[in-house]
Amino acid sequence: MRPIFSPQSLPELFSIRNAHPDARLMAGGTDLLVRLRKQPADDRPLILLERIEALQRIETADTEIVIGAGVCFSRIATGECATTEIGVLAQAAATIGGPALRNMATIGGNVCTASPAGDSLPALYVLDASVELASAQGTRIMPVGEFISGPGKTQLGENEILLAIHIPRKRPAWTIQRYEKIGKRKSLAIAVASMAAALHLDENGIVHEARLAWGSVGPTVMRCPEAEEALLGRRLAADAIEAAAAFVPGSVRPIDDIRATAAYRRRVCANLLLRLLDS
Amino acid sequence: MTHRLHFTLNGQAISHPCDPDCRVIDLLREQMGLTGTKEGCGTGECGACTILVDGTPKLACLMVAAQLDGKSVETVESLEKSEEGRKILQAFVEHGAVQCGFCTPGMEMASLAMLRSGRPLDRMAIRSGLSGNLCRCTGYVKIVDAVAQACKGTDR
Repeated sequence: MRPIFSPQSLPELFSIRNAHPDARLMAGGTDLLVRLRKQPADDRPLILLERIEALQRIETADTEIVIGAGVCFSRIATGECATTEIGVLAQAAATIGGPALRNMATIGGNVCTASPAGDSLPALYVLDASVELASAQGTRIMPVGEFISGPGKTQLGENEILLAIHIPRKRPAWTIQRYEKIGKRKSLAIAVASMAAALHLDENGIVHEARLAWGSVGPTVMRCPEAEEALLGRRLAADAIEAAAAFVPGSVRPIDDIRATAAYRRRVCANLLLRLLDS
Repeated sequence: MTHRLHFTLNGQAISHPCDPDCRVIDLLREQMGLTGTKEGCGTGECGACTILVDGTPKLACLMVAAQLDGKSVETVESLEKSEEGRKILQAFVEHGAVQCGFCTPGMEMASLAMLRSGRPLDRMAIRSGLSGNLCRCTGYVKIVDAVAQACKGTDR
């Protein structure tokens, strides 16, 4: 049997961790409990994070939106957190699992699991999100792209937890935000490929700023600066998007796996960009 | 260390000694004798084990008993005790929305949460509300028909 702790506050959490350095943290449990079931001999203690109030906040400040690591995806998907400003994240959240799973799975869990297929990650990259890490000694902040260092790998220290995600408020706001996901079905499917896009267009419809990121096509989220640059100064029309899309297959680093071949993924990544034409 | 778990189960206060890391699906089925809730995939991909915790749909296969402390749990066995629950049961019967029946408890609990939400429910909204519940028999049409009937007159 596995001991279970359910701290109500951060100080309580840090003291439990101090006493049980081998304990694992569990947020929503939707990934962890599946993994642990395959390891019945593992009896390391579990520390449940769901009752810690400090992880549940969503705050909109002057310059940023702060989402507690324990916030579940149904809250992010349904507009409680100023979804127009961070719409690409809300769209990504809505594609995760199904309704009941979204009531459990958390944004902090998705970031710390650092799966190449993590649905919220491309959205967080294009929104320039940072993670706030906390330990008994204090907090530190770093960009999400720096925090995630490889598949399943993060910079989270042994005594640290992910406290919150910080998303800078874009001024002026992004004109277009899009999240696209290719899976076997619309629900309950792991991404074969996904794309997040945030674009700023001026009053004449000319692209001023473009941020693009792809998921499930590399060890972590993949960017393509050449494609972003190819859109700048141009109208968001078929020729510009096709020019940008030409850079994508060479920039992503997909593998063949049970869900799709690498060749298919390269092609579909570029094609996802064409969906911006429907904007 | 056996844990004494305190929670409300289908309206009744429960104080039950159990391992805190016992899966909720096993607690309900093996220890509480409530075998209505089904385990399909055991990995959060089918929705058969959907229960309501403090009114919110969750997956009993991906929760441990300790998470229920102080919470209120509703399972498919509670449906016959409420008017909205009986509406759902009756609609599933009338529309032939049950074939093998394995997904039905999860479908009905997801439907209950939708009904209670008070949101306007057109067929797309119903499909979206049921999108976490797999059925391998019906083709879903009769299930959506049933929920559409159960929802009639419940929009607030």
